[in-house]
Amino acid sequence: MLEDLFKVVKARFNDDNSAEKADKSGEDVNIPHDLLFKCPRCGTVAYMEDFEKNRKVCAFCNYHARLTWQERLQLTADADTFKEFDANMISKNPIDFPDYEKKIREMQQKCDTKEAVVTGECEIHGYKCVIGIMDSNFLMASMGSVVGEKITRAFEYATKNKLPVILFTASGGARMQEGTVSLMQMAKTSGAIARHNQAGQLYITVLTDPTTGGVNASFASLGDIIIAEPKVLVGFAGRRVIQDTIKQQLPDDFQTAEFMLENGFADMIVERTMMRRTLARIMKLHNYEREKE
Amino acid sequence: MNKLTATERLSLIRHKNRPTVNDYIPAIFNNFLELHGDRYYGDDHAVLGGIATLNSVPVTILAQVKGRNIEENKRTNFSMPHPEGYRKALRLAKEAEKFHRPVICFVDTPGAFCGVEAEKRGQGEAIARNLMEFMTLRTPVITVILGEGGSGGALALAVGDELAMLENALYSVISPRGFASILWKDPGREKEACELMKITAEDLMDFGICDRIISEAMGGAQNDMTLTASNIGEYLSEAVARFSKTNIDIMLENRYNRFRKIGMFEE
Repeated sequence: MLEDLFKVVKARFNDDNSAEKADKSGEDVNIPHDLLFKCPRCGTVAYMEDFEKNRKVCAFCNYHARLTWQERLQLTADADTFKEFDANMISKNPIDFPDYEKKIREMQQKCDTKEAVVTGECEIHGYKCVIGIMDSNFLMASMGSVVGEKITRAFEYATKNKLPVILFTASGGARMQEGTVSLMQMAKTSGAIARHNQAGQLYITVLTDPTTGGVNASFASLGDIIIAEPKVLVGFAGRRVIQDTIKQQLPDDFQTAEFMLENGFADMIVERTMMRRTLARIMKLHNYEREKE
Repeated sequence: MNKLTATERLSLIRHKNRPTVNDYIPAIFNNFLELHGDRYYGDDHAVLGGIATLNSVPVTILAQVKGRNIEENKRTNFSMPHPEGYRKALRLAKEAEKFHRPVICFVDTPGAFCGVEAEKRGQGEAIARNLMEFMTLRTPVITVILGEGGSGGALALAVGDELAMLENALYSVISPRGFASILWKDPGREKEACELMKITAEDLMDFGICDRIISEAMGGAQNDMTLTASNIGEYLSEAVARFSKTNIDIMLENRYNRFRKIGMFEE
């Protein structure tokens, strides 16, 4: 059951360059990945330059593709306002999983960050907030000790300083390489949110591609306001295991942002171009005040 | 304490004669009154809820129910709850809070159910909500893992003041088979995964995740249900008495810190 679930999520994660629909169009071998972008949702191929100018949104189907943490931060925070928290925190190896440290080091090189979430304080249109950005390039932004601890500290800081929290979630779920310790991070982060909540502070979740598994079943579902980017994958279990259980095809929009909205688990779907002003507007409506201009 | 390997324990907790919560409740409690439904959608038979007395003290019981035969398993969905099961548990926990009644959770699940309806009704949200709400529930919450503690589906009934495990119970982020399948792309390495994952009660004591180990009958709970039930009952009586005497604000601070301290990192 669960094993299939993870397998499916993982398989879908790896689908980026080999979406089934795209394959139907035939000859797509040897696409130079640095020059062209092929949409994992609709299969449309676009020039990388145009795709990037479009903030990594598919011009054809509006799929909001994954961003690195640096790209997200740059699109979200006011210039020069970001102060990072806990930048040097790194994971230990709770169950002595073979080569875990090595894997982490590779990821650190690749993503230019020590772990799968970057947290800190910033301003958005002048509104001060605590921000967390998960980067799916880092071990599919799975949640281990460091992700759990950094998110918990971010909420504790926000509770103490009466600040709203905005989390851009993306994750394959709990980090299996850390065993049951990773499972406990779901409870730990939810506890910190409970206290932030009791202190009357605002928490906005922005669901980005993909938000699944243990992160979906903890802090990603606990926002006062839950926003999703168009066409992103959001869900608890994997699509294929569900398909295998029910023995019939699932609709294309199953476990998308639109599916979440339809079923009552997201407040709104917001385009990338509108995100900053939407976040600022929500903070304003919750009586937070702008820092001086 | 026995020296069974994790793999041996895995087969013990999946043994067809392993006692379930339906065996333990009449052996440990009196006057069990079952309560049904989440008040939003329906009644999930994978989660049993109700009020009973333990040494004449009323307590709320929330339990994941494994079936003892195929009929029971069909009814309880092999102990894999849907969102309404978690929401029923939360509703009854809130009712317990209102009347200052301790909550006792019995965990025994391979995991939360994965299906279309579960997704539509918000499986992730239901689990998340329980994690947050149980953290601040103003009444004692004690969890006992009877057999399988499978992932987030188990955790949703395990956020409380103390966690006890039966000596052969396991508590993991994913099944050993799933672990092998994903990390090594070879489900056949299930046994190896099981030994590596550190999921036995002793392992979890070392991590500070488990607080107590409850002895089973020699060779496993199935060999003497009455003895095992009596051990569980003895533990629960002591724990309920202890937490009922604790100041509630101190108890909530300790509950937060039980989870707050778990994590292995350096900076």
